[in-house]
Amino acid sequence: MIEFKLPSLGADMDEGTLLEWKVHPGDVVKPGQVIAVVDTAKAAIDVECWHEGTVSQLLIDIGAKVPVGTTIARLLEPGEDPHSARRTTTAAPLLIEEQASSGRRPRISPAARKRAAELGVSTADLKGHGPQGVVTLEDIEAAAHVAHPPDPDQAMRHAIAAAMTRSKREIPHYYLSETIALDKAMAWLQAHNAQSTLQERLLPSVLLLKAVALALRDYPQLNGFWLDNAFKPALDTDLGVAITLRQGGLVAPVLHHVADTSLTHLMSELASLVERARSGSLRSSELGGAGLTVTQLGDQGVDSVLGVIYPPQVALVGFGRISERPWVKEGQLCVMPTVISSLSADHRVSDGHYGARFLGEVRRLLQTPEAL
Amino acid sequence: MNPQMIRDEVLKALKGIAPELEIEQLRSDRSLREEVDLDSMDWLRVIEALNRSLGIAIPESDYQHVDTLDKLIAYLGQKAKSGEAEPSIRKG
Repeated sequence: MIEFKLPSLGADMDEGTLLEWKVHPGDVVKPGQVIAVVDTAKAAIDVECWHEGTVSQLLIDIGAKVPVGTTIARLLEPGEDPHSARRTTTAAPLLIEEQASSGRRPRISPAARKRAAELGVSTADLKGHGPQGVVTLEDIEAAAHVAHPPDPDQAMRHAIAAAMTRSKREIPHYYLSETIALDKAMAWLQAHNAQSTLQERLLPSVLLLKAVALALRDYPQLNGFWLDNAFKPALDTDLGVAITLRQGGLVAPVLHHVADTSLTHLMSELASLVERARSGSLRSSELGGAGLTVTQLGDQGVDSVLGVIYPPQVALVGFGRISERPWVKEGQLCVMPTVISSLSADHRVSDGHYGARFLGEVRRLLQTPEAL
Repeated sequence: MNPQMIRDEVLKALKGIAPELEIEQLRSDRSLREEVDLDSMDWLRVIEALNRSLGIAIPESDYQHVDTLDKLIAYLGQKAKSGEAEPSIRKG
């Protein structure tokens, strides 16, 4: 028996509301298959399954709001006998069914009863998810959520506020910035794009992301997570990409294995990620696990951005606008396309000297764009 | 292809990226990317949509000539007239 839990959806999304089940009991599921759609403060997310098996039970109802880590479904492993598995399940769901069928008054915790009265939620038809089917405070909140869904814009602001407040409260940030000459990178990019079809054109963002990912291999203390008072390095170069949404707010979904991905492939992944972030069809595997986030506000015309670290990550790289600026090269004043890069990093994990060397490596990598 | 048809296709492409766009509010002599709040990825999507609908692929080196709505429509009109437009092969 596999307990399928609601996966982590990123630091600022710690609970989800079930919008839709994409599977039914008896369905055979494969890894990567979308089994449910869950609404979070930021977007509707397709939740993927990472197991092979057969759906046995769906444990939460549409409209229920549950924290990350809650078991939402049970799956039978391939070859597992449904009858023997049924006996091993915990008794709680069966108890709820028995109570409902026997028509007894629902059991409800005192706090939940009080909250239900405050919110005007009827408890008569509520299915409890507490021990032995008791209606809990969370069940009441979930029912109220369904009856009066919160304003999505408000929910987005609350989610961002919670994550950023936590970041500024807990993380001792230090900030560095460096102006990087992009003459070689932009010349290479223009030549590449001039001889490519529209579908193969690259954006400068892709070069910047790849350079950051490659540099992180030499500077692992900037790629990872601060968990339980210790630094845990990330195992791969998975980068979060801050994407502004047209209706306001932002999400930071993940590009996987960036250091090992070709520029062309990275471009199509980025394009797909941006499109799906904006249309609200991100997958659960794209929301957690980034070891560092990159934010690019250059398109909005600012020179530079000093970002707020996205916990539990320990660093954030920002890029401003790529623009022609005065530059001194070999003793001569000239005009050069440049970008101001910045690093916000967690002083519990790294020091300014280390961060400065990292930005220097990003700069060095961008001088040989053909090698990216 | 008359200018009105080109204008309709341009507005359709912009609406596809920015559904909230109010055409009447759009100042056609201002920077199109600022007016519609298009980032570089959005802009590439607009160029791709115009390639699909009009068969004209605007090279990066011409971006400076299409930075307002007026200039973009004039540029596309010019290209359509001079026969550079090819029927789109990849329909999508």
